[in-house]
Amino acid sequence: MTTTATTTQVYRVYVKAQADKIWQALTDPEWTNRYGYTGYAHYDLKPGGKYEVEANAEFKAAAEAQGFPCPDIVVDGEVLEADPPHKLVTTWRLLMDPGIQAEGFSRITYEIKPLPDGSACSLTVTHDDLEGMPLTAAMVAGAGEESGAGGGHAWILSDLKSLLETGSPLAGTGTAAN
Amino acid sequence: MTSENGSSADADELHGVFRALADPTRRYLLDLLFARDGRTLTELESELPEMSRFGVMKHLKVLEKAGLVVTQRSGREKLHFLNPVPIRLIHDRWIDKYTERRVTALSDLKKQLEDPQ
Repeated sequence: MTTTATTTQVYRVYVKAQADKIWQALTDPEWTNRYGYTGYAHYDLKPGGKYEVEANAEFKAAAEAQGFPCPDIVVDGEVLEADPPHKLVTTWRLLMDPGIQAEGFSRITYEIKPLPDGSACSLTVTHDDLEGMPLTAAMVAGAGEESGAGGGHAWILSDLKSLLETGSPLAGTGTAAN
Repeated sequence: MTSENGSSADADELHGVFRALADPTRRYLLDLLFARDGRTLTELESELPEMSRFGVMKHLKVLEKAGLVVTQRSGREKLHFLNPVPIRLIHDRWIDKYTERRVTALSDLKKQLEDPQ
């Protein structure tokens, strides 16, 4: 139980959009490049399928300007379950920092549930399998935000909500200019 | 006004969050989950010995309704997780846009006044 407690993070946001629209924002590379950390997410949406996120040119340039050599593929993993537009489970590993990369794969589950009145959907992100991965856990919780590492899942979801509901991400985040 | 600020978290949606945060016991429950996430009702209750189980449940219900707590089943147990997203929405909607510098200045000032070297 204590293990569960320290190795699972849960995030939920309500978005005034249809489930398939939210699914598209999570899985279509042109959409994933528009909010949060940006980058083109490529999913082979079947169990065992490949998952990776390709950095865009602007992201790479910004990382390199800060002194981080940035690989083309910044996240990799495997699709464990894909049930469009309701549930997506993948393993997940960040490839931008040797310490974090060495911690290996954790797991991310996205669940989209329409509200009974149809006005919105809840989007729940569960990031677990974080046993012995303190650097990864801190990073995705947004602990490095002050030093420019972004605000983790909460920040991504806030930005995603803004993009889907207003058509633009939050000012000062992502690569809205693209 | 909401859309002008780029954030879509409108007043209606955040009303329940502000209301939930107005109560010191509920803020304490969030602090407990921040320190260690994913606790059962029994575990949370043991940190509030002066309060009945029913009272703790009631506060958790308000937090859940406001979206500040999300529960998940793990076997026979119901675990409570702190969901920071509504607070993030408040931050992005109310603070980030036009007050961040002032808030930082004020919290620095508070730190200095409370902890004079």
